[in-house]
Amino acid sequence: MKRLASLTLLALAACASGPSDDEMRDDEMRQRAEQVFRESFTRGNPVIRARVEQQDDVQALCTRYRNDPPKDVAAKIESEQAASIRYPAPGHFLGDWRRGEKIAQDGYGMRFTDPDTKRPNGGGCYNCHRIAPAEISYGTVGPSLYRFGALRGTGEAVQRYVFGKIYNSQATTACSNMPRFGHNGVLTEEQIKDLVALLLDPASPVNQ
Amino acid sequence: MSFPRLLPAVLVGVLAASVPCVCQAQDDTQKEVERYRQLLAEGNPADLFEAKGEELWKTPRGPRKASLEQCDLGLGAGVVKGAFARLPRYSADTDRVQDLESRIVTCMVTLQGFKQEDITKNPFSAPGRPSDLEALASYVAGESKGMKLAAPLDHPKEMEAFRIGERLFYRRAGPHDFACVSCHGENGKRIRLQELPKLTDPNDARKIFTSWPAYRVSQGTVRTMQHRLYDCYWQMRHPQMDYTSEASIALQVFMAKYAKGGEIRAPGLKR
Repeated sequence: MKRLASLTLLALAACASGPSDDEMRDDEMRQRAEQVFRESFTRGNPVIRARVEQQDDVQALCTRYRNDPPKDVAAKIESEQAASIRYPAPGHFLGDWRRGEKIAQDGYGMRFTDPDTKRPNGGGCYNCHRIAPAEISYGTVGPSLYRFGALRGTGEAVQRYVFGKIYNSQATTACSNMPRFGHNGVLTEEQIKDLVALLLDPASPVNQ
Repeated sequence: MSFPRLLPAVLVGVLAASVPCVCQAQDDTQKEVERYRQLLAEGNPADLFEAKGEELWKTPRGPRKASLEQCDLGLGAGVVKGAFARLPRYSADTDRVQDLESRIVTCMVTLQGFKQEDITKNPFSAPGRPSDLEALASYVAGESKGMKLAAPLDHPKEMEAFRIGERLFYRRAGPHDFACVSCHGENGKRIRLQELPKLTDPNDARKIFTSWPAYRVSQGTVRTMQHRLYDCYWQMRHPQMDYTSEASIALQVFMAKYAKGGEIRAPGLKR
């Protein structure tokens, strides 16, 4: 009887404020999973370890909502991520499409077997996207970008959009699968401009 | 061995010949890769690893000069047949959920007297350094060929492992924001030319989970599920995952739930 009374109290307390039992169990499980994660990657480079152990807010939210956040959460992620993009000066969005093609092919960088931190990181774009038609070994996780400029236009507004998309994909699509290449320091501004050229330069094979 | 080295060249040739029309390229390429697999499946080099694993299993080795024949893989001491189809599972003697490889390591320690850290220091083979574990895993897995996967999900620790694995499957982290689900959350997708299973879809999970360990043509050796996970985390720009770590086993418990009922085809054959 005493137990029943305390259970009722607990239930009342849960109704009044604070997390529900389910939420508490969720939180416990989350903490337990985080502990298991930390204890399962003990041998690697401490810098890489620290970076994957500590999720940023966006990573934590996308994990929690399994990449399908409610509308208000998605809107908040998108506006905050959009505000953090550092654009080049107007009129300076287009780099060199030939260098862009190399970056799109290259998957080098930030893996635990990539010891040369002076060598620039690749974008690995072909892993997920169809881009120039000569490359038939392309992935399909992301949409085809073949003829992107020919279809969408190549003006400054599109250049700015593409730069922003590569810099921080979650500025337009919260919890997108695509890495935030600029935001996370994977690619430099120059490299992203070269990729913008690959998609939008009228001379690029993408638009032939 | 020049045979495995020749294969990638053959594959490139097959692929190059298969793209007369760009719009058809994707389907044609897929068909050719399938055809290539069928050709190879008739003589899977993994057979050699199974045979070597069986010999290792039955030979007295280690400081105690004992064989692994009395190993309890979950169905009782000495039962190898069908054991892989019931893994991962909770083991009372270690009080934890174990997968195929961690259970083999347990037996090598308890029966043969090997030191855990010695066995798990270099669990994956490299050129000039073969791996006993790759052979032993091939043998044990092969002894469940044709059976249906039925890993238990009853014990509280098995259920906890499932929930941890589920959470880790969706956990995004690192400079590329990757999680397992980044590649394995949708049907019919590819990385470059490699198809990706949607691991929460039983149709995909049944085919994939039950085909590891597998001979990997591009690497010229058998790779295990532990290696598959280690390799995924490498690609995800995470640090190297500890061999038989709790996370690696939790992820397998998670996958095994969706793969339940799939026919064991291990050791399989992969790119």
